[in-house]
Amino acid sequence: MEVKINNIRKEFDRFAALNDVSLNIASGELIALLGPSGSGKTTLLRLIAGLDFPTAGQIFFGEEDASRHSVQERNVGFVFQHYALFRHMTVAQNIGFGLKVRPSASRPPKSEIKKRVSDLLDMVQLSGLENRYPNQLSGGQRQRVALARAMAIEPRILLLDEPFGALDAKVRKELRRWLREFHDRTGHTTVFVTHDQEEALELADRVVVMSQGKIEQVGSADDVYDRPQSPFVFSFIGESSHLPVEVKNGTVLFQGEPIGISEKTDAAGDLFFRPEDVVLTDEKDALFGKVTACRRLAGTRIAEIDIANNGHDPFHVEVEVPLHAPVELGSEARFRPTRWKIFNK
Amino acid sequence: MTASATASRAGWRVKQPSIIPGFGLTLGFSLAYLSLIILIPIAGLLWRTAELGWSGFFAILSDERTIRALYVSFGTAFIAALVNVIFGTLLAWVLTRYRFPGRRLIDAMVDLPFALPTAVAGIAFASLYAPNGWIGSLFMPFRIAFTPIGIVIALIFIGLPFVVRTVQPIMEEIDKEVEEAAATLGANRFQTIFNVLLPGLTPALLTGFALAFARGVGEYGSVIFIAGNIPYVSEIAPLLIVIRLEEFNYAGATAIATIMLLISFAMLLVINLIQAWSRRRYGNV
Repeated sequence: MEVKINNIRKEFDRFAALNDVSLNIASGELIALLGPSGSGKTTLLRLIAGLDFPTAGQIFFGEEDASRHSVQERNVGFVFQHYALFRHMTVAQNIGFGLKVRPSASRPPKSEIKKRVSDLLDMVQLSGLENRYPNQLSGGQRQRVALARAMAIEPRILLLDEPFGALDAKVRKELRRWLREFHDRTGHTTVFVTHDQEEALELADRVVVMSQGKIEQVGSADDVYDRPQSPFVFSFIGESSHLPVEVKNGTVLFQGEPIGISEKTDAAGDLFFRPEDVVLTDEKDALFGKVTACRRLAGTRIAEIDIANNGHDPFHVEVEVPLHAPVELGSEARFRPTRWKIFNK
Repeated sequence: MTASATASRAGWRVKQPSIIPGFGLTLGFSLAYLSLIILIPIAGLLWRTAELGWSGFFAILSDERTIRALYVSFGTAFIAALVNVIFGTLLAWVLTRYRFPGRRLIDAMVDLPFALPTAVAGIAFASLYAPNGWIGSLFMPFRIAFTPIGIVIALIFIGLPFVVRTVQPIMEEIDKEVEEAAATLGANRFQTIFNVLLPGLTPALLTGFALAFARGVGEYGSVIFIAGNIPYVSEIAPLLIVIRLEEFNYAGATAIATIMLLISFAMLLVINLIQAWSRRRYGNV
């Protein structure tokens, strides 16, 4: 099911949680809403589900304007961070609930519900646990029951709110891979909310980066990591440092001095670069500063460098240095970015 | 009663190593306290009853007036507790779910039956529901006061806070997400309440029922004013005990008390078993 979100605005007590948000979700896509807490990502998900209603704007499911439809009418599958299972029902009763509460005209017969439940249990790899109660299951199993329960109603879209947020790191990784396979098999249009960028980048076809009630960028993992379109995305996704610079006659100047890189158009703004996109150099035109710390990070070594700032607090940047040639603490390091982006002030 | 049963059972167990000090002292104090307050009086009750012998005991037990009084006491307490479970839950729902002016006032009023001398409540009820009272006159020729229905009304008043105060905290803890999950699965409000929310409240409802019922069985002060106290019709067992005492028939009084004790104990035991079963089933509710 294709979903179109047109100029959505949502206010809570005059505070705009979402401000003029538009997004098109293609049928069968797996989309991640990524952002820090308070960015409006969960609000957007709840608006799509119909658990909240927008102050302004529309939501289309295909050609149908669903903006004013109740949550029951929308027929969406929703998975909550803390599972929200019915604890007085067995696993099988939980999964069958959505079918059991249908009006008698569209309710499948009991035998059919039973078969559907056992098929879904197979699909989430929990066969044999149908008579357990939720409090007898592990966190990962509960979340899979919640997913099976959401899938039982044959939802038009599957919405997941921080589905792995309450699980420990190892289970989270397993379940992440499992969800990707599950999505590829069933082909449901899926939107999930996360604040974990690794999860978003690994799992999603497209990532929607949000901040302060606005969409900052929509794109593939490569797009948002390699071609960030705003200072927020550059600093939120992956590691980065930034310095105030000017561009004059094609030369990039930091504190009035050339640093050995050039840019086509003149500008004044912030120079962003990632630690790995830096090369150490001996040349005169370069950035330089004092090494204050050097730490090993998995397969790399990161040096923290303070760049003097005319008596004010120094600029703090992080650069990757060769594993075998650690820089000395307190020494001066000279470096140039090899890839960067300047965002105008 | 149940508290003494668990405490004495713990006493038989060999002391387990624990990091919390003072096991001997606290258990010793608890047992001494329980003995003074509960065990010795009950033992005295049984002792006095034993003086009657089996035949005397059964004679009192099979006396028509005793049976009717027990029937009235347990029957009215049961009906009142049942009514309280339904309307107490409704009241708890209104208090936890909605914000409206006067909510805190109503919330405080729920505790009134705890604080008010029950005789005052009984007199107020009697004058209101009497055939010439404000409310009673509306129902004439159907009589409310001075019949078992009057007793039920008094017991509803007495038992209400027990249900509200046991259900309210559990209701406040209900996770909003569970309701939302039911809604996304297509359940309407009615289905959500009856299939999702109320089953989760079962253990608390049972506790509230048990407390209201137990309180109702033992209630005396408010009931005697509204009951009319007609033997065989609206005479409650506690009143019969007082009547026997006034006749200096101590053994007869304790015999009725013992029967009440046994029936109450059996019923609370059953309710506790149901509770244990539902707790096991629904997890740590």
